[in-house]
Amino acid sequence: MTQRVFVTGVGVVAPTGLGIAEYWAATLAGRSGISRIDDRHVGALAGRITGFDAARHLPGRLLPQTDVSTRLALTAADWAINDAGVRPGDRDEYDMGVMTSNACGGFDFTHRQFDKLWHDGPQHVSVYESFAWFYAVTTGQVSIRHGLRGPGTALVGEQAGGLDAIGYARRAIRRGTPLVISGGVDSALGPWGRVAHLSSGTVSTTDDPGQAYLPFAAAASGHVPGEGGAILVLEGGESLDRRGDRPRYGEIAGYAATFDPAPGSGRPPGLRRAAELALEDAGVTTADVGVVFADAAGTAEFDRAEAEAVTGLFGPYGVPVTAPKAGTGRLFSGGGPLDVVTACLALREGVIPPTPHDAQVAAGHRIDLVQNAPRERNMTVALVLARGRWGFNSAIVVRG
Amino acid sequence: MSLMTLEDLKTILVENAGADDSGTLDGDFAAQEFTELGYDSLALLELAAGIQRRYGIVLPDEQVMELRTPEAVLAAVNSAAVNSAERLRQTS
Repeated sequence: MTQRVFVTGVGVVAPTGLGIAEYWAATLAGRSGISRIDDRHVGALAGRITGFDAARHLPGRLLPQTDVSTRLALTAADWAINDAGVRPGDRDEYDMGVMTSNACGGFDFTHRQFDKLWHDGPQHVSVYESFAWFYAVTTGQVSIRHGLRGPGTALVGEQAGGLDAIGYARRAIRRGTPLVISGGVDSALGPWGRVAHLSSGTVSTTDDPGQAYLPFAAAASGHVPGEGGAILVLEGGESLDRRGDRPRYGEIAGYAATFDPAPGSGRPPGLRRAAELALEDAGVTTADVGVVFADAAGTAEFDRAEAEAVTGLFGPYGVPVTAPKAGTGRLFSGGGPLDVVTACLALREGVIPPTPHDAQVAAGHRIDLVQNAPRERNMTVALVLARGRWGFNSAIVVRG
Repeated sequence: MSLMTLEDLKTILVENAGADDSGTLDGDFAAQEFTELGYDSLALLELAAGIQRRYGIVLPDEQVMELRTPEAVLAAVNSAAVNSAERLRQTS
């Protein structure tokens, strides 16, 4: 039950870079991928992926049946599998599982089909809508494309779900599936998707791409939605030992999830407890943790809650905290997995990437937010935090 | 003269269910099974929906599921077209 689980391959699709090399360079430089994506509306800033041509990466047969989010996820999965040096065809198909998270579904695809339904009638709606819209489609399409018939699951937990998928995959590996594809990717930046994001009430209505998503800042005004995420290949230590391979990125050493108490209960939010449980699960203490990748909601109330959770655990200014996601926007199911990838790279390279936009931290948050430039630091353990709307909290401990 | 040709079928199929670069739809593929060509049952339903939109010919889903090859689809479409033309002639 206590088999160690390692990240052996990654595929990154982010507004700041396609592929791990481009993404890591942009992240270290503190670059932002947030831009204005339409000229007419309030809240029209987004972390949009540019330069992604699905037809270059995927077979033409898959294009009519996939939303942009699924295309990004399939491409990231291809990259991750190649990166891990795994050839699914050479393995027992039941020894490979897929457990991904998704928070939005196939928004753009579905919007187009609704458009056809409304203007042209039901016979014009694609039969592929039957599965292209839903949360499990990433897991299903990755499974079909690579012939992976082991355990398959889809988890939905808004921005926390991506960490849950990785935690769940780790459990599946410990239960005997040697390899699981995990992570998450979302995209919902079309008109309908943006309206859905705005309904949260936490999207920034600031117009300046450099000022809209400033987590922990005095000027925090909400978040900017983005698209993308990361897909990871996770493998159990036993099968790696058998192959004589060495893990390339890092270990998923601890995981925990909690749920916030009902509003008005007077009890504290569950983020700190998720972090404590994940550290305990990893068998490490706060003294071992070299960096915290924050959820970084970007609203005063949620930033305060997270800053309190971090200072409660580590003491005031007790650990470097960073939020590279300020440069990608919140990626929903993709946010946590992308942070896990970034944490692996930070541990390996001994450097903490900065939080983009260099805004002044609000006076009450007694956290050591890494800004302006990357910070060199020898570290062995990173803590990744994520919160999902409606009360999800998840934490993962990564060991380098 | 048949209403719908293999070339028409290819156009509708690619438009609605996509195509790979594998070249399976080059040359005479009329007698090959759709599954060999890389098209599943949903692709067939997409093809039938495309045929309905272009020709106004409705092939019931149960019938579509029985059509394993492009030539079977062409036969079904063209016989449905002849039947409806015949009905039209009789009623006029």
